[in-house]
Amino acid sequence: MSSHTSSPEITHAPEHASGTGRIWKTFWVLSALTAIELGLGYFLYWKHGGLSYGLTLSTKLLIAALTLAKAYYIVSIFMHLGDEIRNMIMTIIVPLMLFFWFIAAFLWDGNSWKVMRNTNAGSKADQTEQHKPAVIDKDAKK
Amino acid sequence: MWYFLMSDAFTFGAFLISYGTIRFSVNHWADPNQVFNAFPFAGHANLPLAFVSLMTFILIFSSVTMVLAVHEGHKMNRRGVEKFMVLTILGGLAFLGCQAWEWTHMITGDHTVLADGVLKTLGTTVTSNPWGIAADPNAVAAALQTTPDANLASIVHSLGHGGDAHAGAAMSRAEMISAIQAANLHVTTPGPIAFGGYFFGITGFHGFHVFSGVIINLVMLIKTRLGHFDERGHYEMIEKAGLYWHFVDLVWVFVFLCFYLV
Repeated sequence: MSSHTSSPEITHAPEHASGTGRIWKTFWVLSALTAIELGLGYFLYWKHGGLSYGLTLSTKLLIAALTLAKAYYIVSIFMHLGDEIRNMIMTIIVPLMLFFWFIAAFLWDGNSWKVMRNTNAGSKADQTEQHKPAVIDKDAKK
Repeated sequence: MWYFLMSDAFTFGAFLISYGTIRFSVNHWADPNQVFNAFPFAGHANLPLAFVSLMTFILIFSSVTMVLAVHEGHKMNRRGVEKFMVLTILGGLAFLGCQAWEWTHMITGDHTVLADGVLKTLGTTVTSNPWGIAADPNAVAAALQTTPDANLASIVHSLGHGGDAHAGAAMSRAEMISAIQAANLHVTTPGPIAFGGYFFGITGFHGFHVFSGVIINLVMLIKTRLGHFDERGHYEMIEKAGLYWHFVDLVWVFVFLCFYLV
């Protein structure tokens, strides 16, 4: 990291929203979102095995969506990315959009491996005995 | 700084996606509510998610103290910066302490599994994973009779009778078998080995980021105390350290999601 007196890396307007109110508000928002995630996590735990595949998956997707909301608050408020100039924001956000494709492609791949393994590459029917409800997992990374 | 963080985000993203791919490719993965259900000093109480939530809140809170330090820096208030940097460092150390406890608990926590026709205890490490599917009770009952004494002793030990490390040593084979039968253990088969590798690899990589963040913050605290930033006329370095620290919090949000919640 450099030690110049003039700092080319600071690209936002010098005037921040003054006061710490915004910071604390964000803290409470993050805490509330985490609490809701935990609530949903416990919901999955208490209902373990008693939920349909679709409902389990939607709950997990909801938790992933809440995580993305938390990420938005951390990046935008705590890291002040929201205060940067627009072009700067775009150079960061646009490459990260690749993750949508990565996640979809690789999870699809993983699932395909499972099917191949269980069916001996399509040469026999899937006779996998499910001792427990299938563990469905939603992996999300911005 | 932003571009460094973006590259780091890709590294973490690649790890987590690789984890997701492997998890999707097996029929049974460890259930986080079973694996992460312990809390310090709570013994064998079943408290899923509790400890990791505490860790999450510690990290969120230290992120808040960090942003408050940056805020004080904008106002050129040296004492304020020092105060909040100290709090942030303490938060980071608290998180690392929690992680150390969690890892120790997982590596040393012995769980009874049925493997190769005998029972044995396994911890969660990069080469062993006791979190497989539930074992057939009849097979467990049969295996109990053929399990070697040494394995029986370690199972009895894992039951935690009186916390005495040699509780099993003084018991006869029949006593040990009846103690295990009485305990009504939830015996599983070994799970996919990849679980430990991914868990320790990714949380370890994140923990190392937390550790470096604590070091960076310590350097910034010392530089603040020495008045370097007052001389320079701005507290921009605090802001850059802050960016790194928030990023560490950001990554944890996703690790928390992928390993503990879903």
